[in-house]
Amino acid sequence: MIKKLADIDYSILQQCMHCGMCLPTCPTYVETKEERNSPRGRIALMRAIADGELAVSKSFGDEMYYCLGCLACTTACPAGVNYSELFEVARAEIEEKGVLDSPKRDAIRWFALRLLFTRPRLLRFVGRLLWLWQVSGLQTFARRTRLVKLLPGNLRRLEPQAPVIQAKFSHQLIAPVEKPVATPPAPRRVAVLTGCVQDLVFADINRATVDVLLANGCEVHTPPVQPCCGSLHAHNGDTGTARELARRQLDLIDPFTFDAIISNAGGCGSHLRHYDHLLENDPAYRERAVEWSRKLKDVSEYLVEIGFRKPGASAAGPVENVSVTYHESCHLCHGQKVSKQPRELLKAIPGVELRECAEASWCCGSAGIYNITQPETAGWLQERKLGHLLATGAQVVATANPGCHLQIENSLKTTRGSTASAPKIVHPVVLLANAYLAEEASGRPTGNVIPPSNSV
Amino acid sequence: MNTPAPSAPGTALIAALQTSLGADQVLTASEDIIPYGFDGTATLKQRPLAVVFARNAAQVSAVLKLARLHHAPVVTRGSGTGLSGGSVPSTAAIVLCLVKMDRILELDTANLTLRAEAGAITQTIFDAASAAGLFYPPDPGSMKISTIGGNVAENSGGLRGLKYGVTRDYVMGLEVVLADGSICWLGSKCVKDVAGYNLRDLFVGSEGTLGVITQVLLKLLPQPAARQTLLAMFSRMDSAAETVSAIIAAKIIPCTLEFLDRKTIRCVEDFTHVGLPLDAEAILLIETDGHPAAATDEALKIEDLCRLHGATSVKRAASASEAALLATARRSAFSALARLRPTTILEDVTVPRSELAGMIRDVEAIALKHDLNIATFGHFGDGNLHPTILTDERNTAEMHRVELAFADIVSATLARGGTITGEHGVGLAKKPFLRRQLGDASYDLLKLVKRSLDPDNLLNPGKIFDL
Ligand SMILES: Cc1cc2nc3c(=O)[nH]c(=O)nc-3n(C[C@H](O)[C@H](O)[C@H](O)COP(=O)(O)OP(=O)(O)OC[C@H]3O[C@@H](n4cnc5c(N)ncnc54)[C@H](O)[C@@H]3O)c2cc1C
Ligand code: SF4
Ligand code: SF4
Repeated sequence: MIKKLADIDYSILQQCMHCGMCLPTCPTYVETKEERNSPRGRIALMRAIADGELAVSKSFGDEMYYCLGCLACTTACPAGVNYSELFEVARAEIEEKGVLDSPKRDAIRWFALRLLFTRPRLLRFVGRLLWLWQVSGLQTFARRTRLVKLLPGNLRRLEPQAPVIQAKFSHQLIAPVEKPVATPPAPRRVAVLTGCVQDLVFADINRATVDVLLANGCEVHTPPVQPCCGSLHAHNGDTGTARELARRQLDLIDPFTFDAIISNAGGCGSHLRHYDHLLENDPAYRERAVEWSRKLKDVSEYLVEIGFRKPGASAAGPVENVSVTYHESCHLCHGQKVSKQPRELLKAIPGVELRECAEASWCCGSAGIYNITQPETAGWLQERKLGHLLATGAQVVATANPGCHLQIENSLKTTRGSTASAPKIVHPVVLLANAYLAEEASGRPTGNVIPPSNSV
Repeated sequence: MNTPAPSAPGTALIAALQTSLGADQVLTASEDIIPYGFDGTATLKQRPLAVVFARNAAQVSAVLKLARLHHAPVVTRGSGTGLSGGSVPSTAAIVLCLVKMDRILELDTANLTLRAEAGAITQTIFDAASAAGLFYPPDPGSMKISTIGGNVAENSGGLRGLKYGVTRDYVMGLEVVLADGSICWLGSKCVKDVAGYNLRDLFVGSEGTLGVITQVLLKLLPQPAARQTLLAMFSRMDSAAETVSAIIAAKIIPCTLEFLDRKTIRCVEDFTHVGLPLDAEAILLIETDGHPAAATDEALKIEDLCRLHGATSVKRAASASEAALLATARRSAFSALARLRPTTILEDVTVPRSELAGMIRDVEAIALKHDLNIATFGHFGDGNLHPTILTDERNTAEMHRVELAFADIVSATLARGGTITGEHGVGLAKKPFLRRQLGDASYDLLKLVKRSLDPDNLLNPGKIFDL
């Protein structure tokens, strides 16, 4: 049974005392300056629905899908309004009422939410096909011969934005269990979650995550086939599937046997952290879910918590100075309130100069599948973001979420082509892993870094 | 133009507004207008007939003319953060929202003035002045989102009121659209100007009842060279109040002298995590500014006075960013209190500074008498208290006690020579108490002014008083 706005604890709605402090941080309000596009306005609409003064209409549905779900409002809100809960309940009710249904939308949702992102092997298979398309020269051929023109409009627009699939997925780079070389007396046991997009497109980030954990004396467990975390489903009103995926995750990884469960993707982590809430009414899983949520940590958060080892300067040569700016993933900084830790990681790396950019914690427009469903607003945000990033003049943009990573990479591709001056996009742990590697190359005793070829 | 058809109220007016402003600048659907039914004030709400956005004074004028023709009330709105119900729609009203008129038009560094459209955000104005090495002092807690038009219409105060005064002290000129649609300019860039009545000041604090402000010309100051921020903790409320009197008696006028009680400290700390002391009964946030030597000297003297009057400890902000964090923490006090109970009702009574300690004791006694949860914070230096009643609007028995407590707080304030509102305005919330404070003659004088400027009573009717 799905929770409706009328069923939720009314005090969550009342908690919003309409002070407006969230308005200037809400991208959609800043774009239109109209209240319904603001957190305060959306909450007012939800309250009107709970009060029976407004029906769940198509217009309300549109509004809740215009909302990015970026949760900037939750960071800004002094009253502590749980917008995230309201957002998910509202979208679920919209789906249940079917006010936005159309054959095309239903088909896409079924394909993505029910098929692709519930079957990890199928997802990898599709990823592999996409990879073949990209490396075989077929993509170039199709573009050159303008065969892509045959694709329907929406797909044609998205085709160049499709992420470049990596040659190897996580399970080909990471062994199910890896132990630090210099085993400390009581090694920490951690599980690493590989994600969906992260797995296909950024398996190297997963590898780097394992490396930095090993370098800090952790024994790392990485189940080779992992279900999707369900965040996509929860944010798109499919709570049922989200619960099912959470249960599968808990079956695969028993939180009681680990010191921490590590996520390296802001969007996934934000959802994964709330399994306790998601499964609160499931007697069979409740206890496990609570333990899981207690132990779920973003990789940078965990590293800071355990007092990670700061890499020394490489003795192989002079330290290379590099300017880095940090773009905060919404669901890392607003959803998980992890904002200082990635910066601490970056600052610990020899030669890194951290340059703050304006609006670092603003959404880049990726927002799950928002860039597909609301291309205009997504494009506006993307440009705004890129302007701020480039204004810093930094050589590297660090960010810790695959959606942001791709969104920023795409915006660079379209505006800058692949010019050498364009900044590189990297995940903070990749920079840290490289720093450990440089240390190792210079023959210092370090924890452990296994080069990718050593595993599997 | 036609008068509205009786079957569908406002149809003709709405059509005319659409023609005049563009269809997408006129909102009438439930989903669009429900969010304009309230402002920052608890429990008050009413749906408007329509919401319209104007882009310039000419459009504002067109809206007022049409409204007059169709006898429709117009409620001007900035960002809707008001705390007396000022922008809550009157019955069947058109909400005229000015947030899209948000440009800064001129920064005159030779005359130290800034001219902006009424919908410009206070923070943006502050930032624009800062970027030129200048200073716009009024800083209401809501400055990140409040509009300058709203600030002028409420004559808003802020955290720096003690030394720098309130919005009124910075308004040099206004562009105002009158009820009949005429556009007039009041005031000038001249430091001295006594040509005619000072009508500009009449519109400062007029709460949208006399005209629509479309442009504001503001006075700026040079930025103070240095700033010192102190945080003093007390184990008794009285000691904090006495310290304030002692500071003023020592002829020191700090820029900021803010106060938070224990409950408020908790909520603020919950939100900001800046490290406020959770065991203190009261804290004072004090800021001095000016010439570096003067700011430091004053800070040292204040530190001594705090200790002398029972502060358990006094901390000095180590850096500008720490000081800014403390000010931000203070600004969030009101909203942060909403963490405790579903409904947060804020008071705005102000007493002469010498009466502060007594007034705080009154509030405590009233809370006890009516068995209510009341937290207090406020601009101590200004004698401006914000006793905040934490309650639940769905609990009718408790809401009745809230009303009684309200009345008691007002009586206590007036008995101490205070005012029912220091900065939030009368609006709807304080309407019942205004006559008691002003007396019949002054009260009627207000109405006389209103009638002559808005003879049809269409501008924000029912606010401040009923005609
Ligand atoms: C968290 C919080 C903290 C606050 N802190 C302070 C504080 O420290 N000091 C303080 O004084 N107030 C404070 N306030 C109250 C409020 O922010 C101020 O009154 C502010 O000036 C309102 O601005 P606004 O743009 O939101 O105006 P609105 O709320 O939209 O309107 C307020 C009144 O002004 C009228 N009005 C608005 N714009 C115009 C215009 N252009 N022409 C004519 N009339 C107009 C409206 O009709 C209404 O009567 C606070 C409010 C909140 C929510
Ligand atoms: S989640 Fe983001 S877009 Fe949605 S209301 Fe909050 S701040 Fe605005
Ligand atoms: S900041 Fe919080 S309480 Fe204030 S309007 Fe936004 S959601 Fe509501």
